[in-house]
Order: sequence, then C-alpha cells, then structure tokens
Amino acid sequence: MVPLWMYLVVAAALFSTGLYGVLARRNAIAILMSIELMLNAVNINLVAFWRYQKPGDVSGQVFAAFVFVVAAAEAAVGLALIIAIYRRRQSVIAEDMNLMKW
Amino acid sequence: MDITIQHGVFVIFTLVTLGSALLVVTVRNLFHAALYLMLCLFGVAGLFALLTAPLLAGFQVVIYIGAIAILIIFAIMLTPQVTRVIKTTNAQWPVAIVVAVLFFVMILSVVSPLMDELGVDDWNADFTQEDADRVPDSTLTDFGESLVSRDRFVLPFEIASIMLMAALIGAVLVVSPDAILRRDESQPPPSDTSVSADTGASGD
Amino acid sequence: MDINWLDADYLPWLILFFPLLSFGIIVLFTARNHVLSQAVALAGIGIAWVLSLIEFAHVAWIGDLELGKEVYGSTTGWLDLGKNTFEMGVMVDPLTAYMLLMVPLACLMIFIYSRGYMHGDAHNSRFFAYISLFAGAMLTLVLADNLLLLFIGWEVMGFCSYALIGFWSHKKSAYQAGVKAFMTTRVGDVLMLVGIGYLLLEASAFFGAPTLSFRDILYNDAMLEHLVQTDAVIFGGSAAGLIGVLLVAGTIGKSSQFPLHVWLPDAMEGPTPVSAMIHAATMVSAGVYMVVRMFPLLSAGADYHHGDFSTPMIVMGVIGAITALGAAILAVGQNDIKRILAYSTISQLGYMVAALGVGAWIAAVFHLVNHAFFKALLFMCSGVVIHSMEHGEHQAEEHGYPHEPHDEPDGLVMDYCAPPNDVQRMGGLAHRIPVTAITMALGGLSLAGFPLLTAGFWSKDEIIAEAWHGAGEGYMLPLFVVLALLIAAGLTAFYTARMWFLTFWGQPRTPAAHYAGQGSFRRRWVRFWNRSRWGQQAALEDEPLPAADRGIMLHMEMPLVVLAVLAVVAGFIGIHKDILGVNPLHDFLVETTFDHADVLGFSLLPMLASIVLALGGLGLGYWVYGLRPLKQGQVDPTEKALGPGIWRVLQNRFYIDILYRDYLVRPVEWFAVNIVIQTIDKETIDGVLETVAETFNGLGEMCKRFNRVVIDGVGDGIPQSIGEFAGWFRQQQTGRIQQYLLFVTLALLALGALFLIQVR
Repeated sequence: MVPLWMYLVVAAALFSTGLYGVLARRNAIAILMSIELMLNAVNINLVAFWRYQKPGDVSGQVFAAFVFVVAAAEAAVGLALIIAIYRRRQSVIAEDMNLMKW
Repeated sequence: MDITIQHGVFVIFTLVTLGSALLVVTVRNLFHAALYLMLCLFGVAGLFALLTAPLLAGFQVVIYIGAIAILIIFAIMLTPQVTRVIKTTNAQWPVAIVVAVLFFVMILSVVSPLMDELGVDDWNADFTQEDADRVPDSTLTDFGESLVSRDRFVLPFEIASIMLMAALIGAVLVVSPDAILRRDESQPPPSDTSVSADTGASGD
Repeated sequence: MDINWLDADYLPWLILFFPLLSFGIIVLFTARNHVLSQAVALAGIGIAWVLSLIEFAHVAWIGDLELGKEVYGSTTGWLDLGKNTFEMGVMVDPLTAYMLLMVPLACLMIFIYSRGYMHGDAHNSRFFAYISLFAGAMLTLVLADNLLLLFIGWEVMGFCSYALIGFWSHKKSAYQAGVKAFMTTRVGDVLMLVGIGYLLLEASAFFGAPTLSFRDILYNDAMLEHLVQTDAVIFGGSAAGLIGVLLVAGTIGKSSQFPLHVWLPDAMEGPTPVSAMIHAATMVSAGVYMVVRMFPLLSAGADYHHGDFSTPMIVMGVIGAITALGAAILAVGQNDIKRILAYSTISQLGYMVAALGVGAWIAAVFHLVNHAFFKALLFMCSGVVIHSMEHGEHQAEEHGYPHEPHDEPDGLVMDYCAPPNDVQRMGGLAHRIPVTAITMALGGLSLAGFPLLTAGFWSKDEIIAEAWHGAGEGYMLPLFVVLALLIAAGLTAFYTARMWFLTFWGQPRTPAAHYAGQGSFRRRWVRFWNRSRWGQQAALEDEPLPAADRGIMLHMEMPLVVLAVLAVVAGFIGIHKDILGVNPLHDFLVETTFDHADVLGFSLLPMLASIVLALGGLGLGYWVYGLRPLKQGQVDPTEKALGPGIWRVLQNRFYIDILYRDYLVRPVEWFAVNIVIQTIDKETIDGVLETVAETFNGLGEMCKRFNRVVIDGVGDGIPQSIGEFAGWFRQQQTGRIQQYLLFVTLALLALGALFLIQVR
C-alpha cells in the first residue's frame, strides 16, 4: 500500500493551496472555493488516518461525513451572503466589504 | 517499498487533485476555476476510493460535485461582474504565498519521514506505516447503524440535521428579495429609546 | 439510569436550571413579546424559589444525614482528562441551604418589581433575559460543589453586571460605568483565577488527580495540612496563605472592597432593579459567599480563637475594617440617593469581610442574608422615589415651571448627581408615596441597626461582639476591627437618618418634589397625618396630586412590603443563645465546617455600645434633619458643618477614582494604544517590506512621543497623544477580512514553530 505519510503530504499541499487562495484571491466566491479545498484536505487526513490506524471503527468515516454536512451548510449560507451583498453593492470583491471599518 | 499499481493510481489522482487545485486558485476566469474545482474534487474522490472508502467517494461525487460545486457555479452566474474583474489577487498575495509555503513546510516537518531520517524530528508517531488491517465488510452497515444508535452518533446526527435546516432557512432569508425584508420596514419603528432614557424607566 | 429529579440530591440541578432556561427561552423565542418574556422570567425564578424551599425543607427537617460530613448533592463527569475525569456537581449543605432561602426570594421580589419599573422600556425582553441569566448564575455559584463551577457562575455574573449596568447604553455614562465595573472586578478575578489554578496544582499533586471539589479540599484535614506545610512559590509563607490571599483578592473585586470599590457607586447608572440585584441578592453577596465557603482553607493553620490569625484573615480584617469605615464616611457626603445606598452597601460588605477576618463566619453569613433583604428593599424604595420624582418633573413643567436644563455630563463625572436622584431636591415625599416612606424607614432602621427590633441590629451586633471578644483578649486585629466597625455603625445610623429625612420629611424643596407622582394609600395617609401630633402643627391639605400610573406603582410597592417584613423578622432566628435560650441559625450553620466554634458567652458591653451608637446616630440625624426639616434654599447642615473643602473631597470620593483614572487607566490605555497596538497590529498593506518600515516608523513615533511626554509632563502630554493617536489609529482598521486572516495565520505559524521547537 501507499505509505500513510504520502496522503498526509498531499493533504498538506492541498490545504496550503487553499490557504493561499483564501488569503490572496479578491473574489469572494473564489475565497469560498478555496475554503472547500481546505475542507477536502482535512477530509483526506481523516479518511487516511481511519484507514491506517483504525479501519475496524467507522468513527473516522462518520467524522468525514459530518464535514460534508458542514461544508454543504457553509457553502449554502456563504453563497447566499455573497449574493445578498452583490445585490446591495454590485460587487463580490472581498476588499469592498469593509462596512465594519470606522 | 514495492512499486505496485496502487502507487501509480495514487500518483495520478494526486496530480489531478493538486494540479487542478493550483488552477482553482490561480486562473483568471472564475467559471473555469469552478470547473477545475470539480476536477479537483474528483481527484479527492479517487483518493477516497483508493483508501477503501467507496461510500465517502460516492458522497464526494454526489454532495460536493453534484451539489456544492453546482451551487458555486450558480452563484458565479448570478454575480456577473466576473468578466470585468481584471485583477484576480489582492495586494498581499506575495505574503500569502510565503505564508502558505511556510505552512506547508511546517506540516511537512511533522509528517514526512525524511525529517525522521535526518534526525530533525523525534516524534513518537510513526507515519511511515505501509500496511493496515483489512477493512471489515460490515463497514457500510456499521456506518448506518452508528448514525442512529443512541450511544454513538445520534445526537451529532440530529444536531447536524437541525444545522442544515437552519442553514437552508438562513440562506433563503438572506437572499430573498426585499419582499420579506419590507414587512419589517413598513412597521413603525420601535418606540423611541431616547424617551425612556430621559425618564429613566417611567412608562408614560 | 433512573433519576428522581425531586430527590434532594438532584433537586439542586433543577433549581439552577430554570432561570437559565428562561434566559434561553426569552433570547430564542419570546424576545419580541415583552409581556411573554416577563412571564417567562417570572415563571423561571418562581419555580426556582419553590424548589429551593423544598430543598431547604429537606436539609433542615426531613433529612437524616450527619450534616457537615455528608451533604446532599450529585456529580457528573464533565471533562475527560485521559486517565482522570474532572467532576462537576452540585451540593447543598447548611450554608447553601441558608443562601437558598435568600437568593431566589430576593430575586423573585426584584423580578416582580422590575415589571413595574421597566414598564414601557423598549428593551424589556433583553432586560428580563439578562436578569434571569444573572439569577441563574448566582444560583449556580451558590450550589456549585467545586471551585471551578463556582468561578463559572462568578464570571457569568460579571458579564451580566456589565450588560445590565450599561443597559441604557445610549448614555455614555452608562456604558462607561459598565466597562468600569467589568474591568475593576476583572482585576480581582484574574488574581482569583491564579489562586484557583494554584489550588488545582496543589490538589492534583496531593490526590494524584485534578479536583477542586469543596468536599475533597475543605473537609479534608490532611489536604489542608498539606497546603499549610507546603511553601508558597513566591512571597514566602505557606501555599494555603498564598491561595487564600489570591481568593480574597477575587472577593475584594466582586464585593467591592477597598481598593477595588470604585465600580460599585457608578453601577448606579443601571436601572434600579439591577442595583438591587447587584447589591443584594447576587453580585456582591457572591464575593462574601465565596470567602465564607473557602473559610476552612483561608483559616487553615490558624488558631484564631487564640489570637493566631492566618495571612488571608489579616488581609480580610484590615481591608474590611478600612472599607466599612471609609465607605461610611463617604456615604455621609453624598446627595445622590442611590449613591448613598451604594456606599452603605460597600460599608456593610466591609463588616462581613472584617467579620471573616476575625473568624466570625456565622455572623458574616447572618449579616449577608439580612443585608440582602434590607438593601434590596432600600434600593427598590429609592427606585420608587426616583420614579415619582421623574413624574414630578414632567408635571412641574406642565404646570408652567420652567424646564430646568439637565446638562448631563459627557460620561462619568464624580460629583455629578442626576436631578431626580438628588436628595437636596426632594422633601415631603412621605405624603406622596407613603407606602414607600414607611417601608424605606423600616429598611433604614434595619441598616442603621435599630436595637432589638430589626434584623440588621442582631447580625451587626454579633459581628461586633465577636470582634470585641478578641479585642478584649488583647489581640491587635480584632481591636482595630472593632474600633472601625463601631465608628462606622454610628455613621451608618446618621447617614441613614439624613437620607430618609431629606427625602421624605418636611416640605417639598423643588416643584418636581411638589408634583411628585402619587403612590397607593396617599389619601388615607394624609388623613392619618392630620390627626396625628405632627399634623396638628402642620396640617396637610388633601391637594389632588397627579397620579402616576396606578398599576405600575402597585407593582413596585408590593415587593417592598414583603421585603420590609423580612428586613425586620429575618433577624430573630439568629439571636444569641444566652438571650432566648436557643439560636437556631447558629446550630444549623455551625455544621457546615468541622470547626465547631464554641459559642462565645453573651456580653452586654458590645451590645450596649452598638445600641448607643445606633440610637446616637439616628438621634443626631433626627435632631439635624427631622426637627427642623431642610427648607428650600437652605444649605445642608452637614455640608455647613464639614466645610466646603471636606465636602468636596467626599463628593469626589476621596479622589480615589480620579487617582486611578489618571495614574492607572490612562497610562495603561496609552501603553496599549501606543506600544501594543502600534507595533503589533501594524499594517501590511503592500507586503512585508512596508510592514517592517512602518513598524520602525511607529517605533520612532513612539520614542518621539515618549520624549515629549517626559518633557511636557504627564498632565499635558498623555491626553493629547491619545487624541492624536486615536485619529491615526482609526485609519488602520481597514476592515479587510483577508488581512485579518493573514495575521491569524501568521500567529498560527508562530505558535506552530514554537510548539515544534518545544517538542524537540
């Protein structure tokens, strides 16, 4: 089998890619997509650890399934917010969303 | 370490995942980025399958690619300024690259066996494991039962469903056009607080 | 698992659950409906009250346990720490049971009263949600069986007090007072948390498992002995002493003792029911309750019956005595009716803390509960007075008196007194709100310690008697305590009389007082007055007064009557054994600890001293303010007697608040803004290079400013630089989420790196 650490490295790379996207992209939807990448990286970790350490116990899989649920909710609410903001301000650029500045 | 066909498949899926992930965060056209995101999610689904978690691979395809990615594409189409955006990154992108790379290096220094060999790292955990027990055949049933069994995950499961419901209602409320919001605005504003301030708490 | 929730072991969970539940219900479901929210809050506290009566009955009569060694209660695993589990639970012993008699009842009265007082406020639901949470947190604190759960209740109350003091947050002074209360108590809380941590460390070392349970620590002589034998990590002395002093510091903040007493007088900015809540049933009582609860630890290793006091006891004795006396002096020089009461609270809490300092913990608990009753009463009375005066102001304007401009100051000002609160502008209110006048007189007499009849007398006397006893043996600490407390007792009687007579006696001194709103039973009172001896000298016309809203007044006056009765009779259960032959309170409470103190013999001398002082103070007050009521335009005789200099010092509260502001708060603010934020939260709009450059630039700026401050002197430079800096700094909050996120990630990286280095 493929050694465990390879999966971890892939997950780390995916996570870092997502991190870069979150920090650097201007478009809020792009940021949201980057967050999805990060969530996927976490899921890879969860499943890999489950497979290598405790394949007899489904907890690892259940955990990953819950991450799916959270990701779905997050995407729904996040996109709704972005669309609502777009309606008001005609922009999806994260830097423009600075109403809290004083 | 014997090179098996598994390794080959792993490399392919890895390349697909990481390559399209990089494209997601770099391409200019957001629509393309969404398509690459789907590809990337496919790659992850492949990795799940490789890890003998076909159920999760299926979830990945159905939920992520079937629902979330489609939702994202909808959002992109509903916010049509994409094409006008010339600059895709903000001013801090060089720092972001540095930070992301540093982050990667940090995690690498923990998980990579290379560090162990170099003597940099003496973690107790062993990530070089290559063989694992067989996945029992009953995994699928266990998975289903554990979600509804009282001493396992029924509570998180119910909470998750409530959260999904809340997210659904919240999303509808947030995007629904002014029809819902206008009802509040048509009402008279709540009684003026400055009055109750001057009179302390007197009620008249 | 089968749990009978009405079992005395599990009932405590329900007691604290219901007020918290009403908080949840109001916040989540009924926030839009004020009436429903009020009903939910009342139901929550009402159920808690009934349940605590049942629980009390269990402990007092039905229970067949050996009190003190065994208590009612149950625990549940709360935090899995690998091999061990940290247990959380509730317990009821006599001390808790006695508190359960007071807390829910006082809260219930305050809730009922709030229905009237908050009538028409736009944020009724928020108010009732917060006070429900407040009550729930207090019950959690009282019922907790370990120090950590107690601390959770303690902190939730801290938050609630902040939210409620600043309830009218559109007033700058209100939110400033909220912040002041929060930050001041925080000083004590942090020290207390350190104490708890240290105790946890020692307990883990002793038991091999982390525990903070009272039963493990306080009822365990071996554990206490261990703490006494262990040397403290710093300052020398024993671990017990250091932990004790740190815990006492928490009380100093929470119970508003010198030098952290500054927040309580300003807490008057909140609505009056909140003041009653903070001063009587919850917040300040919590501090005293905690030290009583921890008393076995605080007095560990000391033989206080024979003049050997432990460090925490000395701290409590000295601070309590100073507070009792200082606050009593300050109360004499106040004109704001609520502020007079606030200082009297501080002073009375000083009594309790000083009592603990000389080992009289039963007397302290006794006084705590009595004080809660009469102080809740007094505050709610003052609320009616203020309400009535506000009504009068509106009426006076309608009758053509010119509107007196309230030039409300911008923020907290030490010697400012809002017109409706000013006793100098009242007078003659007894004929307008008679029920309040009578109940407030009863509460005042209890506070002043009117001999033999009132609750305040018996408990205060017991404290003084115990300190007197120690002083008679020739120990320094009790001597100091008893002197301070006796002087304070005289002053208390005097300022109480001054407050009451200025408010209710004589003729109205302003149009507002003349047109003050009317309470229940006014006409009957006027008729009664005219037939009385005073009436023959100055008969009242039965002039038609503008009626304040009847329903509201009735709502507010009902709890007053209940509490007035309690303020008198609550003391009879604790009268000294040698007088009535039995002292049920003492016999009940003494089982709380192993230390079965021998009852001191009754001695007449301290009782005579306190009778003389109480009557003397009241008599002096009557002589000065009662015989010749203050007339319009006259200067307050106390002010005349003290002279303008001393008066101003009192009005400015010994300048302690200003001292703190100028020499503690401002420099810290300056440090935070100039050094911490400027160098740490600096911007990186255009990448790393600019961050570095700007940081150095900022450092240079800071040096420059520092120079100028040193040269120009503290008074001038600091405020100016704050202003300039604020102007610059507000531009730095970019509101860009990604930038904030970048900092978060950087911090995460730094932490990760630190962790990796550590592990290697």
